[in-house]
Amino acid sequence: MTRRASIGVAVLLVIACLLLPFVVSNYRTFQFTLVLVYAIALLGLNILTGYNGQISLGHGAFYAIGAYTAAVLMDRLGAPYWATVPAAGAVCLVAGFLFGLPALRLEGLYLALATFALGVSMPQLLKYHHLEKWTGGVQGIVIAKPEPPAFLHEAGLRMNSDQWLYFFALTVAAVMFVLGWNLLRGRVGRALIAIRDQHIAAEAMGINSALYKSLAFGVSAMYTGVAGALGAIAVQYVAPDSFTIFLSLVFLVGIVVGGLASISGALYGALFIQFVPNVADEISKAAPWAIFGLFLIGFVYLMPTGVAGAVRMLLVRFTRKGAK
Amino acid sequence: MDAFIHQVLSGLATGGIYASLALALVMIYQVTHLVNFAQGEMAMFSTYAAWSLINAGMGYWPAFLLTVLFAFALGVVIERVVIRPVEDAPVLAIVVIFIALLVILNSATGWIYSYTIKTFPSPFPKEPLFGNTYVSSHELGAIGVTLVVLVLLYVFFRFTPLGLAMRAVAQNPESSRLVGIRVGWMLALGWGLAAAVGAVAGMMIAPIVYLDPNMMGGILLYAFAAALLGGIESPFGAVLGGFVVGVLENVLGAYVIGNDLKLSVALGLIIGVLLVRPSGFFGRVHVTRV
Repeated sequence: MTRRASIGVAVLLVIACLLLPFVVSNYRTFQFTLVLVYAIALLGLNILTGYNGQISLGHGAFYAIGAYTAAVLMDRLGAPYWATVPAAGAVCLVAGFLFGLPALRLEGLYLALATFALGVSMPQLLKYHHLEKWTGGVQGIVIAKPEPPAFLHEAGLRMNSDQWLYFFALTVAAVMFVLGWNLLRGRVGRALIAIRDQHIAAEAMGINSALYKSLAFGVSAMYTGVAGALGAIAVQYVAPDSFTIFLSLVFLVGIVVGGLASISGALYGALFIQFVPNVADEISKAAPWAIFGLFLIGFVYLMPTGVAGAVRMLLVRFTRKGAK
Repeated sequence: MDAFIHQVLSGLATGGIYASLALALVMIYQVTHLVNFAQGEMAMFSTYAAWSLINAGMGYWPAFLLTVLFAFALGVVIERVVIRPVEDAPVLAIVVIFIALLVILNSATGWIYSYTIKTFPSPFPKEPLFGNTYVSSHELGAIGVTLVVLVLLYVFFRFTPLGLAMRAVAQNPESSRLVGIRVGWMLALGWGLAAAVGAVAGMMIAPIVYLDPNMMGGILLYAFAAALLGGIESPFGAVLGGFVVGVLENVLGAYVIGNDLKLSVALGLIIGVLLVRPSGFFGRVHVTRV
């Protein structure tokens, strides 16, 4: 694709994103807000698993920490909703970095095991009765829905809270994606990939593997935590049982289907995990997971680069034909 | 003191079940160097099969035997059809396949049998054996069944030509192939045996935790902890680890951290063992060549 064509596509996409909430129903707008939330979380997991090769089966735990940080800050301390997002990111950065330190000594399967254990035991930790006065125990916490800010109304822009939330999430997602793109295409990204592909050679070239790996864990958890906070604000509710191991596995499905080690893959993956269960739910309660499982196997066998890889391949083929 | 003895004994009973599942994990690890995340769901699926047979009017023990055979076949088929093609793939791909198996088995069970919790019969009498007050007869029976399974496996691996061939494959696949052992089929057989052992564990735990598609989540975690504690390459270590984890879970749950944090015991154990002594009590330390 030529440069002009790709700019054209990008502009069209931005316009589509901006117009979307005015075209579709409130419920669909809410669903697209969740797509953005998942996209941020998937980008986070992709930084760790796709780019750095550290398998995490427990990222739902960081999503939960982010969501609970936001909920506790709003509900118990009366913080404004927008302030909880960076706070959740900061908390998860620290949590991820700390979990990443012992994880340094674990490779491949063992890390998968440890994070799996984290994911499975998270709901129990959230129900812990000594934390109940903060977390609300089994009941969880209900959060008030954020209203669109007053200055928009004064400027003559009428917006309901679903639409406002969508734009809020869109802004956060845009910031996070630009940050992620900057991080991954440069020196840091190359170091992460080098460690994934051949960590001994990477160290021989002077990359501080321990530092980069725990940093990748921290940053990845931060992304997921930001997503968790946004998700909590959008859903207006957190409870321990929304953060079971299956949430972590949904994220895994998202990055495998979307495309490992690909930034745009996070978006495809997010669309997949948001809308496929919606359609499949009508068949049976169990159908979404059956489909997820089959897609996982199908993608690993047939299309290991995911949807993003397929799109890239089609584009290359398409433009080559055009050039001839 | 009585309460303490009771906690230890019932810990031993659940520990025996963790030991079986841990043993299944170790058997697959030994031949393929993979940790099977779907082990718990395979056991759960087989237990549902047993429930169907019993509900169809079959006696407990015939249903038990048939289920073990079914689980064996399930394990072999899964290895041949799903695991075979990704044998040499990167770890991430294999982990994804295991997770896929986990969710497919889980949702298939939910689809077929619904998510409502079912009771599962115990083959052992309701009254405690020998008039003791510490341990129910199901718990004693579960310990007994576990021990029988262990002895059978020991005899199989130690005294039969097939067991010898399987051990050879685990130790050195290339040389085994050179002396004429069908390595691929030995791997499939290993999967079948592991699935059968897992099915026994499932049928023993189901009367305690009840039958439900998500029943194995926590149990699998304890089995991981047990396998790691004993050293993931040592069958004997895994069994010992299972009993230790079972007792620790019960005693710590009752006296130290409370019942609502029991799963964190497994999390703590897994991370602790991996950090302090990744090879476990009985595992070998590996040195990788650059």
